[in-house]
Amino acid sequence: MADLETFRQETRAWLEANCPPEMREPARDEDDVYWGGRRATFKNDAQKAWFEACVAKGYTVPAWPKEYGGAGLSPAEAKVLREEMSRINARPPLSSFGIWMLGPALLQFGTEGQKQRFLNEIARGEIRWCQGYSEPGSGSDLVSLQTYGEDKGDHWVVNGQKIWTSYADHADWIFCLVRTDKADKYQGITFMLYDMASEGVTTKPILLISGSSPFCETFFDNVKVPKSYGDDVPAYVGQVNRGWDVAKYLLGHEREMISGLGGGDRTAAIGTMMKRHAAKLGDELDPVLRAELAMFDVDALAFTAMGEKFLDEIKVGKAHPAQPNMMKYVGTELNKRRHELMMAVGGSRSLEWESEETGGGKPARNWLRTKANSIEGGTSEVMLNVIAKRILDLPGA
Amino acid sequence: MPLYHNDDQAMLADTARGFIAEEGNIAKQLRHWRDRNCKDGFGHGLWKQMAEMGFTGMLLDEADGGLGMGHVEAGIVLEEIGRNLTPSPFLTSSVLAATALKHGSDDLKGRYLPGLIAGDSVFAVAIDETAKHRPSRIATRAEKSGNGFRLTGSKSFVIHGGSADMIVVAARTSGSDEDADGITLFAVPKDAAGMSHDAVRLVDTSMATHTKFDGVELDGDAVIGEIDGGRAVLDAMLIAGRVGAAAEGVGVARGAMDMTVDYLKQRKQFGRLIGEFQALQHRASHLYSEVEIARAVTIKAQQLLDAGAESADLMASVAKAKVAKTARLAVQEGVQMHGGIGMTDEYDIGLYMKRDRALAEFLGDAFFHANRVATLSGY
Repeated sequence: MADLETFRQETRAWLEANCPPEMREPARDEDDVYWGGRRATFKNDAQKAWFEACVAKGYTVPAWPKEYGGAGLSPAEAKVLREEMSRINARPPLSSFGIWMLGPALLQFGTEGQKQRFLNEIARGEIRWCQGYSEPGSGSDLVSLQTYGEDKGDHWVVNGQKIWTSYADHADWIFCLVRTDKADKYQGITFMLYDMASEGVTTKPILLISGSSPFCETFFDNVKVPKSYGDDVPAYVGQVNRGWDVAKYLLGHEREMISGLGGGDRTAAIGTMMKRHAAKLGDELDPVLRAELAMFDVDALAFTAMGEKFLDEIKVGKAHPAQPNMMKYVGTELNKRRHELMMAVGGSRSLEWESEETGGGKPARNWLRTKANSIEGGTSEVMLNVIAKRILDLPGA
Repeated sequence: MPLYHNDDQAMLADTARGFIAEEGNIAKQLRHWRDRNCKDGFGHGLWKQMAEMGFTGMLLDEADGGLGMGHVEAGIVLEEIGRNLTPSPFLTSSVLAATALKHGSDDLKGRYLPGLIAGDSVFAVAIDETAKHRPSRIATRAEKSGNGFRLTGSKSFVIHGGSADMIVVAARTSGSDEDADGITLFAVPKDAAGMSHDAVRLVDTSMATHTKFDGVELDGDAVIGEIDGGRAVLDAMLIAGRVGAAAEGVGVARGAMDMTVDYLKQRKQFGRLIGEFQALQHRASHLYSEVEIARAVTIKAQQLLDAGAESADLMASVAKAKVAKTARLAVQEGVQMHGGIGMTDEYDIGLYMKRDRALAEFLGDAFFHANRVATLSGY
């Protein structure tokens, strides 16, 4: 405990010295978030300085081992760092699917050679990854995916189409689920890694109802994927035809991440904020709206306690392995409800799509964005199926 | 502190679960006493057994003969009471009245605590005066009379009022009905002249009274805590009671849910188990999620209360409201998914529905507490 307190003091001092004031406020625009990659540019010197300081310290991926670009922090130390960063509103120095998704998969399933190469690249923000999972005909039923890699000895030839590939148009490499055995549904998928600059890869952004295009359609037309990138660096994670194990592991991980949206560290009642917001607009809360806010706050504050309990139980292995599905279901549904209420409080002001007062239509665009929460990473309905089957043990589920 | 039971608490939970399932189950207690039209609405034998387990005085200090335990531990017992719909004076006596008596004089403690610890005494609390819980308004008056007080007014929804050896009464000693100050708590003994009970059986078979105080003369030493300064004790009692009622409600919700999920695995229609139907699976999964959350926030409130945190008051209301909403969902889904037999007296699921109704109303329903969450949060 004394060591942790020392670590907190050191961390606080380090942040004080290295986190520029401009980086101590929430990201406002897309380009406030630094994603790294071959084509990345910094918005300003502060963003660059903060990123470079964190890379040097291992703080882009603090809990990863030092040999892979991390800082080797224990879970308790990583928590202290999160708390101290959150205390000064420090932005994450680097955001990426490499950190959130591929990294955890490689730490669990990767070869030493893969870890040395790919994890270090991710930690240093050199390569920006995207995730190739869903296909037009394979959404909730992901395992039916049909993008096919034909075995040509030392390489595969990949043909097919992915959809909802986040930021594929900005990505350097893709981790992609590819069918390599048409005869075996579950044990016929390989978790491949390849360069988006390969010949035959094209991407097309999808315009969403929120007006933004975070997702793409991604097409593979006779893409040649070598089976190996060198000694101990295979082009696939885990084993050939056993990519579904990796995908399932990552889906669990993703659900945990998304489930944080609804509760997380929120301890303040939303109604308090909404009353101030209404006052700023010259209004007061309608009594029925206030009542709905109060009912929401009961659910949201209770869910915050659930989030705390869930994390405490995960630490000691007490949580049911399917519990992240429940967290994802409730967290995303709550987040949608939160934005419905915020829109109601904002009234006609929140309808504005481009005005300066709304930061370019933020309330409406954010509200629309939340509608994807209960679809991406497994729909609410799929989450409920999983709870029925794995937790409640209902028949035929 | 992690939000799960430590080893000692897990052991207590095992003990309490086994004991209450064995001795406090629906057939042995609720149906048994109901079918005999028992005027107390609970069994004194079980109360005595709970005393032997150390439960009745678990919240009391060891110096007073109790176990010096906290609200997490009391909640463990209450969750099992809720799961088994056990009619028991535990919440009113060992949580509410015990919390008040902790603020009492040594004389009061000496008079009442041994009986509670031994399981010989039962206590009630008289707070509400109208049909809804509104402790901000106390109209029952206690006027100075000689060395003591003269109590006049009426109280409602006094659970176990008719069988209580002592009732904790919140009365006004100064100011007007809505004032925060000017409240005093009294320990009114069962044989006090001028106190009369109109006993009513409630929907869940429990017994409550409308209690009248018609110039009840009380000694000065019947005062619990400070004269005119009773609001603090009343608030402490209410928080403890709400957190306790939430724990019992979690038990009701879990009991109803478990029974319903079991039923989905047994009942066949259209040639298959109804639990195979996705329409029911999704509802069961949603219910499971809500019950988990209700339980988490209840443990959170218990821990905050035990730690003496200021936020315990807010979290007690969050928990009471969340549990009320969740247990309501559990019993309604329970009866609906049982179909026709869910409407019969023979099946227990309907008893859960009735118990939830009474328990949710006690010390403030979901509306009262959601409103309170808003008010405490400044909106």
